[in-house]
Amino acid sequence: MLSKDEVKRIAKLARLELTEKEIEKMQKDMSAILDYFDLLKKAPKVKVEAASTKASASRRDEVVSSHNIRDELITAAPCKKDDYIKVKTIL
Amino acid sequence: MDLTELAIKEAHEGLKKGEFTSVDLTKAYLDKIKKNNKKVNAYLSVTENLALEMAEEADRKIKSGTLEMLTGIPCAIKDAILVEGEKCTAGSKILENYIAPYDATVIKKLKEQGAVILGKTNLDEFAMGSSTENSAFSATKNPHDKTRVAGGSSGGSAAAVAANMAVFALGSDTGGSIRQPASFCGVVGLCPTYGAVSRYGLIAHASSLDQIGPLAKNVEDCKIVFDAIKGKDPLDATSVELGIQNTEFKIKNLRIGVPKEYFAKGLEKEVEEIIREAIKKAKDAGAEIIEISLPSSEYALACYYIIGPSEISANLARFDGIKYGLSEPAENLLDVYLKTRGRGFGVEVKRRIMLGTYSLSSGYYDAYYQKAQEVRELIKQDFKEVFVPPGAGSRSGGKKVDLLFCPVSPFPAFKIGEKTDDPMSMYLADIYTIPLKLAGLPGISVPVGKIKSLPVGLQIIGNHFEEDKIFSIASQIENMVK
Repeated sequence: MLSKDEVKRIAKLARLELTEKEIEKMQKDMSAILDYFDLLKKAPKVKVEAASTKASASRRDEVVSSHNIRDELITAAPCKKDDYIKVKTIL
Repeated sequence: MDLTELAIKEAHEGLKKGEFTSVDLTKAYLDKIKKNNKKVNAYLSVTENLALEMAEEADRKIKSGTLEMLTGIPCAIKDAILVEGEKCTAGSKILENYIAPYDATVIKKLKEQGAVILGKTNLDEFAMGSSTENSAFSATKNPHDKTRVAGGSSGGSAAAVAANMAVFALGSDTGGSIRQPASFCGVVGLCPTYGAVSRYGLIAHASSLDQIGPLAKNVEDCKIVFDAIKGKDPLDATSVELGIQNTEFKIKNLRIGVPKEYFAKGLEKEVEEIIREAIKKAKDAGAEIIEISLPSSEYALACYYIIGPSEISANLARFDGIKYGLSEPAENLLDVYLKTRGRGFGVEVKRRIMLGTYSLSSGYYDAYYQKAQEVRELIKQDFKEVFVPPGAGSRSGGKKVDLLFCPVSPFPAFKIGEKTDDPMSMYLADIYTIPLKLAGLPGISVPVGKIKSLPVGLQIIGNHFEEDKIFSIASQIENMVK
C-alpha cells in the first residue's frame, strides 16, 4: 500500500493540490493499479534501444511562416497587461 | 424522406442532383440536435452559425459544379480537436471557456472539401476514459439504451452518428477511444495506423499513441472520411504520406488470424457467439481461418497504463493557469499551479497524472517506465510474427495472416455508473483495443450483431498502413451480416 506521504510527495511533483479525501482515495486506487502493474515482472526480458537513439535524425529547412495568431494567443491568457502575459513574481 | 438517415454517398448524390441543398440538410440536422441532444448529451456545443455559413458556402460550390464528396455534408467533431473561433473544452473544466485560435489540420482538410461542422461532441476529460462518464459536462447516453454508456472516450461522436445527429464524426483513439464507442453505439469506427493522420490541433493526451479517425454510418463512409483527412503534414512530424489505397481485396483470397488470447476468460458468452458467427461467415465466404497466438497480450493493459499516464503527466504540464484556461487566484507562482490544476482537473485526469509522475520518478523509472517500454517491444514483435509482411502477396510466408478478427470489447455497453468507482474495472474495458495501439497498427470496429438492443462490434486489425485491406474486408463483412 502506498503511504499517504508518498501520495503527497508525488502530488507535489505533479503540481496538483489534493484534498484529504482525494489523498485517501488516491492512496487506495493507485495501490490497486500499481499492484496490477506487478504483472510485468514476469514478462521476458528484452533489449530496447533508447527511443532517442532510434529516431532517425532528419533535417528540414526552417521556413518562417506567419500564422498571424499572435493576438488570439495573447487573448487566451487569463492574466495580462497590454501585450504581455502576467505571472507572479518568481524571485 | 428523412434527410438525417442518408449516408455520405446518398447525401452527395442528392446535393449534386439538386434534390435538396446543403442548407436543407444542415437545418434538418440542427433540428434533430435541438430535439434530441438533451436526451443523449452527444454535443457539448452546437456551432449553428458556423454550420449555416458553411452550408451556404457549400451550396455555392455545388452550384458552380466544383463539389467534392464531402461538400455540404454535415459532421460532428470531438471536442478535443480545434475548430478556429469555437470553444474547445476537451471535456474539462480547465478549458471550459477556451476558444481555439486555429484549425486542426483535419479541420482544415474538411473545410477545403466543404464539409459542414455542426458542433463539438462530448468526451471523457482529455479523452481519458472508456465511457464518457469522465466528462466534466456529464455523461453521454447510449442512443440504443439511455440507461447505458455510449462508450468512450469519443462517446459523443459515436452517439451523434448513431442517433442520426451527424452524417459522420471525427474522434481520436489512444487506447480504444474510437473503436469501443463505435462498437457500443453500433457505428463504424476506424483507428488509423499511427502516422496516417496528422494530429496537429488535437489536444494531446499520450503522443506516442494518439490518432485521429472517423466514425460513420457504414464502412464506405468511413473510408471516404479517412481519405479526406489522411496524409503528411509538416506540422506533425509523425505523419507520413500514404500511397493511393484503392486495391480491392477479396475475402476468399485472404488468411484471417483469430488470436486465442482475445477469447479467454472475461469475454461475455453472447459477445463471443456473435464474433464467432462473423468469423464463420468469413470462412464460408472462402477465407482461411487460422487460430494464432499473441502471447504478450496479457501485459498490454499494464504496459499501456504506464506509458499512457507517463506521457500524460508530461503533456498536461502545459495547463499551468498562465497560458490559457482556468487560473485560480493564489499568493505565489507555485500555488497558482497547485490550485489551478487541483481544481481544474477531474478525478481520472489527476489519477493518470499521478500514475505517470510516479512511474517516471526517481527510483521507480526502471521498474515501471523502462520495463513498460521493453514490454511494448514484445507486443510489437507478437504482431510482426503473425502478419504477412507489407508488399508480400497474400498467403505467402508460411502461416502468416492478412488480418486479425477479434472482439472490440469483452461486453456490450454497460450501465451508467456501473464502473465509475473502480478505475481498474474501467481500465479492463480496453483490454482488446489497447495491444494494437502499442504497435501503432490500424483497427476498425464494424457492427456485426446485437444482444437485445445493444450493438456488438467486430474488430478487424491490419498491418501498418493497410487500411485499404481493412476497408475491403470490413465492407464485405458488413454485407454478410445485413
